[in-house]
Amino acid sequence: MSKSSSFDEMWGHETVLRDPYVPINEWLQQEDAGRLRRKARDAEDLFRLTGITFNVYGARDAAERLIPFDIVPRVIAGREWDRLSRGIEQRVRAINAFLHDIYHRQEIIRAGRVPIEAIERNAAFLPQMIGVDPPGGVYTHIVGTDLVRTGEDEFYVLEDNARTPSGVSYMLENRETMLHMFPELFMKTRVRPVSSYPAMLHRSLCACAPNSSNGRPVVGVMTPGSYNSAYYEHSFLADKMGVELVEGQDLRVVDGRVAMRTTQGYQPIDVLYRRVDDDWIDPLNFNPDSALGVPGIMDVYRAGRITLANAPGTGIADDKAIYSYMPEIVEFYTGEKALLKNVPTWRCAEPEALSYVLDNLSELVVKEVHGSGGYGMLIGPTASKKELSAFRDKLKARPGNYIAQPTLSLSTVPIFTRAGLAPRHVDLRPFVLVSPEGVSITPGGLTRVALKKGSLVVNSSQGGGTKDTWVLEQ
Amino acid sequence: MTTLGKTAGGLYWMFRHLERSENTARMIEVGQRIALTRSSDDDEWGSILQAAATHAGYVAKHGEVTRDLALDWMLRDPDNPSSVLSVVKAARDNARVVRTALTREVWEAVNEAWMTLCAAMRRKVHDRDLQDVLALIRQRAAFVRGATHGTMLRNDIYDFCRLGMFSERADCTARILDVKYFVLLPSATAVGSRLDDVQWETILRSVSGVGAFQMRYGQQLRPREIAEFIIHDRAMPRSLAFCAHKLEENLGYLAADYGTRLPSHEIAERLNQRLLGRSIDTIFENGLHEFLMEVQHCLAHLSQQIEIDYRFYR
Repeated sequence: MSKSSSFDEMWGHETVLRDPYVPINEWLQQEDAGRLRRKARDAEDLFRLTGITFNVYGARDAAERLIPFDIVPRVIAGREWDRLSRGIEQRVRAINAFLHDIYHRQEIIRAGRVPIEAIERNAAFLPQMIGVDPPGGVYTHIVGTDLVRTGEDEFYVLEDNARTPSGVSYMLENRETMLHMFPELFMKTRVRPVSSYPAMLHRSLCACAPNSSNGRPVVGVMTPGSYNSAYYEHSFLADKMGVELVEGQDLRVVDGRVAMRTTQGYQPIDVLYRRVDDDWIDPLNFNPDSALGVPGIMDVYRAGRITLANAPGTGIADDKAIYSYMPEIVEFYTGEKALLKNVPTWRCAEPEALSYVLDNLSELVVKEVHGSGGYGMLIGPTASKKELSAFRDKLKARPGNYIAQPTLSLSTVPIFTRAGLAPRHVDLRPFVLVSPEGVSITPGGLTRVALKKGSLVVNSSQGGGTKDTWVLEQ
Repeated sequence: MTTLGKTAGGLYWMFRHLERSENTARMIEVGQRIALTRSSDDDEWGSILQAAATHAGYVAKHGEVTRDLALDWMLRDPDNPSSVLSVVKAARDNARVVRTALTREVWEAVNEAWMTLCAAMRRKVHDRDLQDVLALIRQRAAFVRGATHGTMLRNDIYDFCRLGMFSERADCTARILDVKYFVLLPSATAVGSRLDDVQWETILRSVSGVGAFQMRYGQQLRPREIAEFIIHDRAMPRSLAFCAHKLEENLGYLAADYGTRLPSHEIAERLNQRLLGRSIDTIFENGLHEFLMEVQHCLAHLSQQIEIDYRFYR
């Protein structure tokens, strides 16, 4: 689809200002472009000073980079959001039910709604989790549901990030930055606050603590270390929750519990919000070469004496091949039709789908089943002939490794450029917390924006930026 | 309340490195002053490199000591782990690791110090900019110290910051004295004779103590009093006694806080009583150099023991 047919969240398909953007439009009309440019620079300095940076793997200078921040907020009407959040909650509940089922009786497979092959030969399925009951019964404590918009009422779920979704620190800092720079904006418009996220996260994690914690659970955030690309976020969350930020080398198993090395000896931890992937978390149970993990932590986990958030093995629910079954999964566990749409997906493992994909490659987006971060994907409409033919070979060699989807015409939101306002494609990652007390969704989430004209790639590792995301009070 | 061993270690080293950046800047100032006030030779830069404990590394890289090379080595060279840029980077890296233990003000002060100093020393520092750069280094260290003093809770975290700072400062003062100890020896200065102006200035300026000394002892300079001032004067914030006292005091807070006395506490006590309890006469009698060696040895031992006692690494 061509760019001109995209839905603009400010101006719609035509050039009629949409209601939620009335205050933004007023503000932009009144502001002097020079002042806005200065403010945009101030924002960058503020980010640098605070150290809101990310490290790029393999970058030669190993420098810390800033994710570009655009000062024009992305606005969602209150009732739009309420509808979206019902859909997200339904989906996240279904994912947790699916995970429990898939690691226990596998009813959904017996019922023939998801084929056994989708699980059996899937690297994201962890046999170590079979029969394990996570404390509180929660698998995905934190989910980042990636949404895209294509029209006034058209939203699609692009991905269910059920492993270790990142970006929430940007959601919070973007709002802080806007409050700091443009307080007057928030006096005129009532925007739902996001700042309680860390407190809610802490509460949610504590509610999932194992019984051994005796009512006052000790929580820790586990990071692979200060060279990890998302280290800032790890330290940010630990700081805001007032809990320790630990690495594998700070932890060991002592008397059947996971404990951290403090200045006064080893002290037990009850809940670990771990930002270390499954593979690396325990060299005894998974990758034996891991220096990031804690030997034996899985044994403590299986004994129910520590909570890992998210639970190991949740990747089976956000795997791109499983994604295509999400409408069935939602229906199977909730008994309702899915409120949020799935993007039609061709599973290249299936011969018919593969031949369709090969025939229509230049119109499709092809993704690796286990890929993330926008790496290893093909965007048919913008790919060169050479890229298309190289990808065709890859598809034929390992069809099961890929899925394909139509190229969605992502909505646009204006960004502030040197030449004035210009529409750019966006997506949205709301952050969802799950505990036995319920599901809570912070209003809005992280809006990622492709800064290059016409580009559909919003990933920060590939030059995307972010925006503050407003959900209006009414 | 818990503090990770890693965090305690990170705080200790963050403040050691910051203190070192300031000390190195001060030494360069001294060298610069000597070069400007004296018929030029490069002799002083050798002893300044020694006082900054970075002489061996310099010689291995450059051989002969020249002012230009020494300056760049001490300010910017990434091969020199004690160059100002190296230690400010190390301080900032440590701060990043212990970010959750710091207030926003302290983190921003150290992050800004790193950003500002990197920008100021991106290229070789030109002579006409040298004073400004040295002033900036000291100012940035002072900002971090000020933010720490003004915003951090007085708990174990603060104690580890202070332990790092005073360990480094004590070590630096002992080293400065040791490089110049011969100037203070009675044999070199018969009773009533005057010290070489430049030499006494070197010592006092190295510890930022010219004005302070005059305030305490007047204009007359006697080697015994200079030694007394730098070794024993508890009012002088860079004296050995002051630093050793602070080390013992902060370890004492930790002992009270945690309810345990540990081997490092004994070492700090020994440093204060057995070593710094000696009179200047006794010190001179037994040998100033030997005394300073003993102090440096004791400080190194203390640092190692703190690391073990508070589980920095295991």
